Amino acid sequence: MFMKLFTLLLAGVSLLLPAAAQAQETAPDVLVKNVTNEVLEIIRKDKDIQSGNTKRAIDLVEQKVLPHFNFTHMTALAVGRDWRQATPQQQKALIDEFRTLLVRTYSNSLTAYKNQTVDFRPFKMQPGDTDVVVKTQIHQPGGKPITIDYSLEKTPEGWKVYDVVVGGVSLVTNYRDSFSQEVRANGIDGLVKALQAKNRSLAGAVAAGGETK
Amino acid sequence: MKLSVAKRVGSLAMAAACSGFLGGCASTGNPKDPLEGFNRAMFSFNEGLDKAVIKPVAQGYAYVLPQPVETGVANFFSNIEDVFIGVNNLLQGKPVDALTDGMRFLVNTTFGLLGLIDVASSMGMEKHEEDFGQTFGRWGVGEGAYVVLPFFGPRTARDTVGLVFDVYADPVVNINNVATRNSLIATRFVSRRAELLKADKIIEEAALDKYSYIRDAYLQRRRSLVHDGAPPRRPDDEAALEQTDEALVEHRKAPDLAAAPAGSRPAAQ
Repeated sequence: MFMKLFTLLLAGVSLLLPAAAQAQETAPDVLVKNVTNEVLEIIRKDKDIQSGNTKRAIDLVEQKVLPHFNFTHMTALAVGRDWRQATPQQQKALIDEFRTLLVRTYSNSLTAYKNQTVDFRPFKMQPGDTDVVVKTQIHQPGGKPITIDYSLEKTPEGWKVYDVVVGGVSLVTNYRDSFSQEVRANGIDGLVKALQAKNRSLAGAVAAGGETK
Repeated sequence: MKLSVAKRVGSLAMAAACSGFLGGCASTGNPKDPLEGFNRAMFSFNEGLDKAVIKPVAQGYAYVLPQPVETGVANFFSNIEDVFIGVNNLLQGKPVDALTDGMRFLVNTTFGLLGLIDVASSMGMEKHEEDFGQTFGRWGVGEGAYVVLPFFGPRTARDTVGLVFDVYADPVVNINNVATRNSLIATRFVSRRAELLKADKIIEEAALDKYSYIRDAYLQRRRSLVHDGAPPRRPDDEAALEQTDEALVEHRKAPDLAAAPAGSRPAAQ
């Protein structure tokens, strides 16, 4: 009786363990592929998002995409050397505001989605790598293909994206000059305020209908 | 004969560009944008012009024409371009790419009904994006100062010289019939602007300062294009990265933030 219970438990644990380990160890290219396909599948079925409903697109991104992003790293990269001068509170404020801004930009680009197909480029990785780039290419009818490269780093919670490069332009480091310009003029708090103001004006635009097409 | 004129125009422009843009005028601001004052003025001029005339025309164009027709027009001009892109690929020492460009032109001009349909892409012949600015970059010419040109928009000093060559080699510009040439130039201009209409909103929303957002995106994009999508990391990027990495380590040690690891912040409910 005891032995039976024991083997059952053991079987249970041995079944559980690989599953748990796998959840953490999802390879970076597989992660990007799964999330991309899942999100595109949802958009294909969602008429609201297709017709430009930013709010719904934001919800989708918050749910499906955000958990795989490391916004602390992204914000530090965007702010650059001034990051070290920021207090932990300022850093937290910067992360929050930058996240809101990026989520909106990203969500908006999703509403522009129409019949594009995504091509996942061959991915090579050495066993010990902790920092990799997963390359994808978007094909659109009547247009040049656009590359989207995701930089990922290995963290205890699995692989996390810390940079997205669209057509050679990093959505993160592209902010560095305007951020440091703001910091030079008005300090870290000035940058936080500028981001807050920007986000507030964008939120207002959504509340006012969000149909500015 | 023609070539020598091109050379003269080119060297003239190069000289003008060098004296004007590469001279490194004294400036307090961003080292990669010594002409920022002039550039910002030119940027607002272009923005005003776009808002008042160009964008409304492009919107009208996109509204009136059904999507397949718009795509056809864009394809038509894209096809004409392919020969020119092939020449640049040859000049950059990429004969295989150049061959693809030539094949694309042949296939699309015939099976694709004078380029209206991009058959070649469906056949797996990839479309490239090359111009003389990139060719010069490939040859090792530095990009020089960033400059915003009236009507043409963002360029670097190098790409401005490239633009002179681009225009000179442009098959549409070289059409002899003036009426045909001008209407083709105008149509192409509107068609290209219409393609960018969707990006407008995204840039408008993403940018804290639209001028520097576009400047930095342009510079990053050009660098990427010159290296065909794999630009080497620049030393200042490297330094900044190292600094942020150090900062990150410090940040992770900070106790009040460790409680809420990045990416798992409870979404605003």
